[in-house]
Amino acid sequence: MKKSIKNALVITAALGLTAQALAAGKIEIFSWWAGDEGPALAALIKLYEAKYPSVKVDNAAVTGGAGTNAKAVLKTRMLGGDPPDSFQAHAGQELTGTWVVANRMEDLSSLYKSEGWSSKFPKAVIDLISYKGGIYSVPVDVHRSNVMWYVPANLKKWGVSAPKTWPEVLSACTTLKAKGVAAPMVMGENWTEQMIWESVATAMLGPKGWNDLWSGKLKFTDPKVVDTFTMYGKVLDCANKDASGLSWQQATDRLLSGQSAFNIMGDWAAGYMTTTKKLKPGSDFAWSPSPGTSGTFIMLADSFGLPKGVKNRAEVLNWLKVLGSKQGQDAFNPLKGSIAARTDSDLSKYGAYSQSAAKDWKNNTIVGSMVHGAAAPESFTSGFGSVNDAFLSNHDAKAAAQASQDLADKSRIGM
Amino acid sequence: MKRLSTDRLWAIAVLTPSVILLAVFVYGFIFRTAYTSLTDWGNDPAQAFSLTPIIRFIGLQNYHDLFTSNLNARFRQDLVSTLFFTVFFIAGCLGLGLSMALLLDRNPKAEGIWRTIFLFPMSLSFIVTGTIWRWMLQPQGGLNQLFHLNPASNGWLTSRDSVWSFDWNKLPLITATIVGLVLLWVAWLAFRDGQRTRTWVALGCAALLLLWALVIGPNVKLLPAPELHGFNIAFIGIIIAAIWQMSGYTMALYLAGLRGIPEELREASRVDGANEWNTYRHVIFPLLAPITLSAMIILGHISLKIFDLVFAMTGPDNGPTDVPALLMYITSFRQNALAVGAAIGTVLLLLVAVIIIPYLFSQFKTQEGHA
Repeated sequence: MKKSIKNALVITAALGLTAQALAAGKIEIFSWWAGDEGPALAALIKLYEAKYPSVKVDNAAVTGGAGTNAKAVLKTRMLGGDPPDSFQAHAGQELTGTWVVANRMEDLSSLYKSEGWSSKFPKAVIDLISYKGGIYSVPVDVHRSNVMWYVPANLKKWGVSAPKTWPEVLSACTTLKAKGVAAPMVMGENWTEQMIWESVATAMLGPKGWNDLWSGKLKFTDPKVVDTFTMYGKVLDCANKDASGLSWQQATDRLLSGQSAFNIMGDWAAGYMTTTKKLKPGSDFAWSPSPGTSGTFIMLADSFGLPKGVKNRAEVLNWLKVLGSKQGQDAFNPLKGSIAARTDSDLSKYGAYSQSAAKDWKNNTIVGSMVHGAAAPESFTSGFGSVNDAFLSNHDAKAAAQASQDLADKSRIGM
Repeated sequence: MKRLSTDRLWAIAVLTPSVILLAVFVYGFIFRTAYTSLTDWGNDPAQAFSLTPIIRFIGLQNYHDLFTSNLNARFRQDLVSTLFFTVFFIAGCLGLGLSMALLLDRNPKAEGIWRTIFLFPMSLSFIVTGTIWRWMLQPQGGLNQLFHLNPASNGWLTSRDSVWSFDWNKLPLITATIVGLVLLWVAWLAFRDGQRTRTWVALGCAALLLLWALVIGPNVKLLPAPELHGFNIAFIGIIIAAIWQMSGYTMALYLAGLRGIPEELREASRVDGANEWNTYRHVIFPLLAPITLSAMIILGHISLKIFDLVFAMTGPDNGPTDVPALLMYITSFRQNALAVGAAIGTVLLLLVAVIIIPYLFSQFKTQEGHA
């Protein structure tokens, strides 16, 4: 009797070992890239599978814009001790402020050294994903948040030119309102509104002031920052009142239909207009850096890291090598509508907008986006949504600045 | 005797799994959440998702912050919103449900079809309802286009206006006044029934509270600055959708109640010379009171914990239509403030308990009375 139990145990153990041996060729990739963004991820996975044919790739994408649902799932999985092999996180504070400080990620410095990436990625990007000397993720793509979109034909019809500064926006706004354009600036739900503040603040504080805000050197209660809210309030006055009901695509539609003249939106709008709407960049729609931010590139990037304690560590490292390679980045980004984080990408594969963005990426001052998790920790970004919401109702610049500072203290910015 | 004990054994064997599951996954988790809400888990971002987080016990600090800190104005607005939402939602469902039930009770042609039509919305999930109504209430579409309304002035879900605003700082004053007035009413009832002790106790408490409200109340300040909260106009659209979804259910309840009233009672009242209205007023509506109560309980707890409908209609980031359940989700999983999220959850649980416990209590009492 006893012997049979022992045998059973041995057999089970043996089975377990073989199962593990089989499972060794497996990797789970966790992201929120489904739907429109699915094909770009699929291209990456295809590339990986071609290089490592014995590995089974489990594409664990959780749908939901900007990762709202995926991030919640990820957090419950991490708390439950079941980390995915490799997961997507916005480069910057969303990665470092949430996962690296919690000691959940592995340092990838040696991978950067062996692949020679330190000279391939811009220093500003490596700084964003570094924490206390370690580098913690591999950026796949780069998006720009400070772009102003417009339709040249419409502007010509109304007799205005694309404004270069925010005061020029306000005067163009008055002109356009007189010509019957009720809302010259179009914006959508909460986070797209915050992107306007981000552009205003970067323009008025300059890249240095913007960075000082997130290192705690510049207080939100500083008169200069209060002024950004005042200006933001004036810009809101020339925008549509039904913003909370519009997705960013619907906001872009209003721009295209001529109900509005300007839209501040990340460069995924270029992908929407060229791919979905079949418009020609440069003639059907045009762009410029958002007013006052010429020479500054507010960036956000998606990146993948290596959580501690995953089963398939070797496969993940191979996956990260593919992500960081020139070939991987050029397979992914033209489909995603973004540009490569590497500075040596093959520009002939990209569209007209992306080529101009890639040029700016090399020459401009690069700063991180607050709205998209690069500059500020999640606790701040999430709370700022409420601050923005209160400001939309009361337009009280001083109160908004004070609330932001309280929030910054609570999120331990600059501590 | 032996049969009985096997019966018992079976009963215990069948019940045990669900008792254990309930103990762990309901009561255990309630306890865990309540405990978490008393800690600082997540207040330091570095500790939120750490493998071995340092979690300190901080007592009621999170609750104190929720009700008085500058940063949590949104939570307070959400509480006020929930209150208004609950009142209008319940009133709407009861009113509409009762009217439909009364119409159907008059045996119209094809009654079965009407019943199905009215009850059908309930078979949809709130997500589906929310998505459909979001399309219909879009400023540029649906209802506004159908009735040629001006989208600029009819922002069903996007309005930022609010009505009936009051200052949160006056909350202690308002509460004390209301409770004081209720106690006065209790005293009056007791006086009418000739219960002297009760009258005096109630009168004394009422006097104390009203005195406090008049003398000390105005000087109590929860916040340094006045903070206005009211009923947000943007909620109207969501309330309409919620009533559309749930009024069929109250109709079914009322219809069952109406059908349960014996024809003899109506005939008796007619014989006594009551007209149609008086029959309803004095005979039928009082008989429907228990149904109204159970409908209110069920609708009340649905409205307090509502999440999916609002999520589908205006999203999680829209302040004017935010509710505590949404805020709990955002706070826990986006802001990573797990303890504060747990505190919001506990407040919600207490609110539901305020509705459910008296009901359970009264049910328990009547059952005992029957036994």
